[in-house]
Amino acid sequence: MHIELTDTEIIRRILQGDQAIFATLVQRYQQYVFTLVLRFTDNREDAEEISQDVFVKAYRSLADFRGDSKFSTWLYTVVRTTCITFLRKKKLDITSIDNERTFTQLENKESGFNANSIEQKSRHAMVNEAIRLLSPDDSQLITLFYKGEQSLEEIGRIMRLEPNTVKVRLHRARNRLREKLEKNFSHELKDLS
Amino acid sequence: MNTQQPMEDRLWNYIDGGCSPAEKSAIESLIASNREWQEKYRELLNVHQLLNDSELEAPSMRFTKNVMEEISRYHIAPATKSYLNKNVIRGIGAFFLTMIAGLLTFVLSQFKWSSGTHTSTSPIKLPSVDNLGLDKLNKIDYSKTFNSAWVIGFMLVLVVMGWVLLDMYIQQKKSQTT
Repeated sequence: MHIELTDTEIIRRILQGDQAIFATLVQRYQQYVFTLVLRFTDNREDAEEISQDVFVKAYRSLADFRGDSKFSTWLYTVVRTTCITFLRKKKLDITSIDNERTFTQLENKESGFNANSIEQKSRHAMVNEAIRLLSPDDSQLITLFYKGEQSLEEIGRIMRLEPNTVKVRLHRARNRLREKLEKNFSHELKDLS
Repeated sequence: MNTQQPMEDRLWNYIDGGCSPAEKSAIESLIASNREWQEKYRELLNVHQLLNDSELEAPSMRFTKNVMEEISRYHIAPATKSYLNKNVIRGIGAFFLTMIAGLLTFVLSQFKWSSGTHTSTSPIKLPSVDNLGLDKLNKIDYSKTFNSAWVIGFMLVLVVMGWVLLDMYIQQKKSQTT
């Protein structure tokens, strides 16, 4: 019977010299990392490059993972610093990362969706499109909570915020997402309900 | 929970399962009896379910292979803890603290504290602006200042601490190479 190794066991084996087993970690977390990076860059090619970089950095600094948090929590800190470094290199304005104004351009572009193409899109694509219209902080918070299986306390630890602040931000992010869904996908939402 | 809290926040809390049993039953009865709460609850629950059902984005098929090819060129770096000596950090901290304390003492010693006007409303003697010596900045005899025993002593402390830090650094480098 195949027994699935835990993240900690895999890391211990990597630190003992078993480099090949790192592939298990990559397979386990590639979608999580790629999605989080996409929330930052909104460009699949860039996201793929950054995600690879994230795993290389994670591998190189694996000895720093103390195991006092989930591996996914630690990995997110690598995602965040790698994305910020990448955006700085690309000379994008990351100072207004909380500011939705930065994404006005994207929103204007996205709000012109072709109605026919949207109809063909799945429910999953619709949600992802709506999440992309949010600010990186909002979209990452939602991804971490729903897909990263991180608790409010864990997200708070990553973002250096109080769990209550995270809770309030999550409420607001979901409300903004609801507004985006209503604004851009009202027909699809009616069909779903 | 405060009943004045906006309806949406209370409902999100309820959906996430983060409210107390009392709050939970209060919200349940509101949803059952109040049409506005009922509609809002349905609306938020719909978003919650959409998010729960959403899928993560997938990178290209070659992703894992690319990463493994890339990492084959690298080695795992030693843990930061193992090469950061706390004594060195403490030494640097002490060096700067001594420097700041020395500078503060020197600056404060330049004031003529006793010459401030003492009144009943201000029990603390403050230096008068005239006596701060700001207008006489250009007239300061620097050779006198830097010849004083205090400044020389302070500089000696800094030099000694600098040597100690340098020695600690070299010792650490030596132990790493052997």
